[in-house]
Amino acid sequence: MNKSISLYKLAHARTGDKGNRSNISVIAHHPEDFSLLQKELTEEKVKAHFGFRNPSAVKRYELPNLMAFNFVIDDVLDGGVNLSLNLDSHGKSLSYWLLAMEINIDCK
Amino acid sequence: MTDIYRVACAAGFSGDRTDVARPLVDELLRQGGPSCLIFESLAERTLALAQLERHQNAQMGYEPLLSEMLEPVLADCINGGIPIVGNFGAANPEGAAKLIASIAKQKGLPNIRIAIVKGDDVSAAAFRSKLEALLSPEDQAILAKSTLVSANVYLGAQEIANALIAGAQVVVTGRVADPALTVGPLMAHFKKDWSDWDFLGAATMAGHLLECGAQVTGGYFADPGIKDVPGLAQVGFPIVEFDAQGNICVTKPPSTGGLVNRMTVTEQLLYELHDPAKYLTPDVIADITKAHITDLGGDRVSLTGVLGHPKPDTLKANVCIDGGWLAEAEISYAGFNAYARAQLAANIIRERLSDLDLRIDFIGASSIFSGDTGEGPQFKSKEGFEDIRLRVAAAHGDRNQALRVCREITALYTCGPAGGGGVRTSLKPRLNTLACFIPRELVKASYEFFEG
Repeated sequence: MNKSISLYKLAHARTGDKGNRSNISVIAHHPEDFSLLQKELTEEKVKAHFGFRNPSAVKRYELPNLMAFNFVIDDVLDGGVNLSLNLDSHGKSLSYWLLAMEINIDCK
Repeated sequence: MTDIYRVACAAGFSGDRTDVARPLVDELLRQGGPSCLIFESLAERTLALAQLERHQNAQMGYEPLLSEMLEPVLADCINGGIPIVGNFGAANPEGAAKLIASIAKQKGLPNIRIAIVKGDDVSAAAFRSKLEALLSPEDQAILAKSTLVSANVYLGAQEIANALIAGAQVVVTGRVADPALTVGPLMAHFKKDWSDWDFLGAATMAGHLLECGAQVTGGYFADPGIKDVPGLAQVGFPIVEFDAQGNICVTKPPSTGGLVNRMTVTEQLLYELHDPAKYLTPDVIADITKAHITDLGGDRVSLTGVLGHPKPDTLKANVCIDGGWLAEAEISYAGFNAYARAQLAANIIRERLSDLDLRIDFIGASSIFSGDTGEGPQFKSKEGFEDIRLRVAAAHGDRNQALRVCREITALYTCGPAGGGGVRTSLKPRLNTLACFIPRELVKASYEFFEG
């Protein structure tokens, strides 16, 4: 049987920004969840999750020593801190949008 | 760890708290041993804002809170042999040095040695054509239609280190890479070779952990019930202990709030990082792919295994240009059917300002997560009793065109839907930044001592 839970239950995250590029770290709370996130948290899924902001590319870097991933999402900030009209022009709260993503888990 | 050098960071941005240096300096003095205090106060746009300020008044253009930052601790640092390094010079390092000298004099320290790092400003007319040639064709076209406000290269740590070795008690810089504020003192103390890449890599990541101040000690981390942080109102700022092998331990003064654990350090280690194998700085390319973080307990976390690779051939420069005007205006609709009334107001604004690119937020129902196009997740209150703040934003090169946003929202008071209130409007100049990479040999960094 499969069910899904939000990424928020499995990981914590922080956003940074450079120009029109956002980077979001995702850090597993428990080491045993790292491989699940490795399988579920693909570049394609993350790109689709941010689809409404039209990112041009998503790159995932893996840091197994740190139980962490770093997602670099291009052109997702409406021009970035200087040009975006968003109240959160740095996109700082985007980490919590990523944490809202649903993750499929196997229930045996 | 033997032969420990401590670096404490008392500011993570321009405008950060100014009461945080005191507990840091008290802790450095209590621990004894070699140490320094750094202030990181320049973000991407801060320097351009400082340039604008200097254009208005040639005496200004350095960190506005410089006095408040240094006054509480300057005498104890000087008397305790703790050098101070800060990029608080911003657009006017000489002005900052002059102010620091006058504070020192008031404190009965008339002869302190203040070094000024120079060479980051590449906005001079003589350099303009070289600079423009280094921009991408798209950015050249943008610059051609705008006014250059500032152009600064991110300098490395060598001038800071040289100044400290020559006896500087305070080092004032303008634009340097943020980690350079930490790398400079560590290189001056440990006297490593500037091609000891692993040491430079570790020093750089130590600086990276420090450069946002409280972001590694529990600031920007708390999520009640999930990630609780004690004493956040009095969050302590970080201290890094560094040894000759490049081992790092992050901690904070025990008298302060906040926390240092594996989670806070991991979040900050990856903050504003792209490829973890290639963190580019002027001094080294740092690599954390083999790094380990160990929670030692008691607000002590170690970072080991950072590697370094030879420094890049180019230096990054930030070119700041005039970006026109940003207008923002807000009005609230609350109570029954508020969201529908706010939507009606938005439609009126869209009709009245159809020639402008508007962003419209219904705060309380939809904001933040959606893009500037307005697409994205939304929720609507179930009860029919709502509290919606309508926000309209637009940017324009012409001040009067941007100002129409403010006027039209204000007019909603009498010409719009029922019950609108709480209009706030603002019109601000915008700055836009362009980046380019300058061959190292074109940049001449130096330092000199301030002569009062």
